[in-house]
Amino acid sequence: MEQKVLSIRDVNRYIKMKLEGDGNLQDIWIRGEISNFTRHSSGHMYFTLKDESGRLKCIMFASYNQRLPFAPKDGMKVLARGGVSVYERDGAYQFYATAMQPDGIGSLYLAFEQLKKKLEGEGLFSEALKRPIPRFPQAVGVITSPTGAAVRDIIITLQRRFPSVPVLLHPVSVQGTGAAPSIVKAIETMNRLGEVDVLIVGRGGGSLEELWAFNEEAVARAIRASRIPVISAVGHETDFTIADFVADLRAATPTAAAELAVPHAGELRQHLGHLQQRLVKSLRLLAGKSRERWQHAARSPYFTQPRRTLLAQAERLDRLRDRLVFRAQAQEARARERLARLSGRLAASSPTEQAGFARKRLAGASRSLELAMSGTLRHAQSRYGSLLRQLDALSPLKVMGRGYSLVYDEQEKRLIRTIGEVQPGDLLRVRLADGRLDCQVWGIHGEENTGG
Amino acid sequence: MAEVRGDRDSALDEALNGVTFEQAMERLETIVAKLESGDVPLETAIELFQEGMELSRLCGRKLEQVERRIEMLVEGENGPGRKPFAPTREDGKGE
Repeated sequence: MEQKVLSIRDVNRYIKMKLEGDGNLQDIWIRGEISNFTRHSSGHMYFTLKDESGRLKCIMFASYNQRLPFAPKDGMKVLARGGVSVYERDGAYQFYATAMQPDGIGSLYLAFEQLKKKLEGEGLFSEALKRPIPRFPQAVGVITSPTGAAVRDIIITLQRRFPSVPVLLHPVSVQGTGAAPSIVKAIETMNRLGEVDVLIVGRGGGSLEELWAFNEEAVARAIRASRIPVISAVGHETDFTIADFVADLRAATPTAAAELAVPHAGELRQHLGHLQQRLVKSLRLLAGKSRERWQHAARSPYFTQPRRTLLAQAERLDRLRDRLVFRAQAQEARARERLARLSGRLAASSPTEQAGFARKRLAGASRSLELAMSGTLRHAQSRYGSLLRQLDALSPLKVMGRGYSLVYDEQEKRLIRTIGEVQPGDLLRVRLADGRLDCQVWGIHGEENTGG
Repeated sequence: MAEVRGDRDSALDEALNGVTFEQAMERLETIVAKLESGDVPLETAIELFQEGMELSRLCGRKLEQVERRIEMLVEGENGPGRKPFAPTREDGKGE
């Protein structure tokens, strides 16, 4: 039977694959005590976790340990989260930690995070809810343990900064089971008394368990419900509690809380002195300005030399009068000139002349009319004479005078020119030069020669 | 004239006595700002100045009051009471 030979790398890799594929070994929490802790210059942490029964090599990479809320060291009991895998080169399995927290209070951390999330979701940490701390409180309320450094720090600082401000201390227990209810009750009492206008609630630094009262929901809600603005002052700068999130102002330490609660009297005094100086200076400035204005007004020539200003006005009046006269005259001259021009034009186009001209034309026309008329008359007269003579020469009477006569029909209407026009027996009328004859046709004799 | 002035000052004093330090400071700051703006008739300026100086004196007086009033609420047999409080120096526990 032929055996297949594997390389160590293959084996290690296979084991690694096996381990990483096993859900029971991934994303698990383990509890143990830290030993052989080293922090490499690369930032990675190498240590061993051990308990009574065994040990496990661990590594926590820099990318994960940067956000650790505490500094791990040998002997420290911790809860670590992560998974088991293999370091192929050494053929060693180890725990790769992604998160870690001190043991014993792990559940507290969890509770803290849960409550924080819950209250945040309710909007209790909203900036809009934060009330301003009065600039100059009438009285300061302090809720803390009557013994210990915190109360001493607060009171000494208040005294140092603003000695005249009254301080009302409500003693409470700040750790242990009774702490939270006693803090809640103190906040309520302070609100009921209504003597102070700012509250400092807090205690000195300590472990998470010792600070726990300030992570209780009841305390958080009491702080938020307080009508008096609250400055939280819990522990050291690095300690953050739920109370800090809900408070109107968070102070890093009790001393800082006292500093935030009252102004510094010395600085105030300085400020006051400064304000007073500004008062004096601004009034002086104003008075100076007013004086200047007055002097300026008083120096005005109207007051210093009233006659001169009068004369100036008189002179101005004269000048104006001159200009007025000059303008009026000039205007008059222009008007006169224009009148003359217009009269000339008017005269030039006078109807008298036209009338004279027309009269002349009329006389000329009458003369030519008369001339033409007499000419025409003479001509007509001579024509008439000649026509009359012609007529006279042609007159039938004249012909009849020479022995001719005219033969008409009976009614003297029709001139009889041929013999064909009459019948024998017809009555005819014959006109002679000196009268008429009524005749009857006796016979008719035609001429052979009609030319006759 | 002096009498009238005196009356006015005491009236002002009386008016100022009911005023809190904060109100006095704010009024004083307002007056200073108003005067510095230069936008005030002289008569008003003088009145403001007098009021400002009075406020300044009052605030100064309030600052100088060194009556230590530090009290602690205590649960007495006949209800809550209060007693003067001074922080102890010699304590090892705490922090």
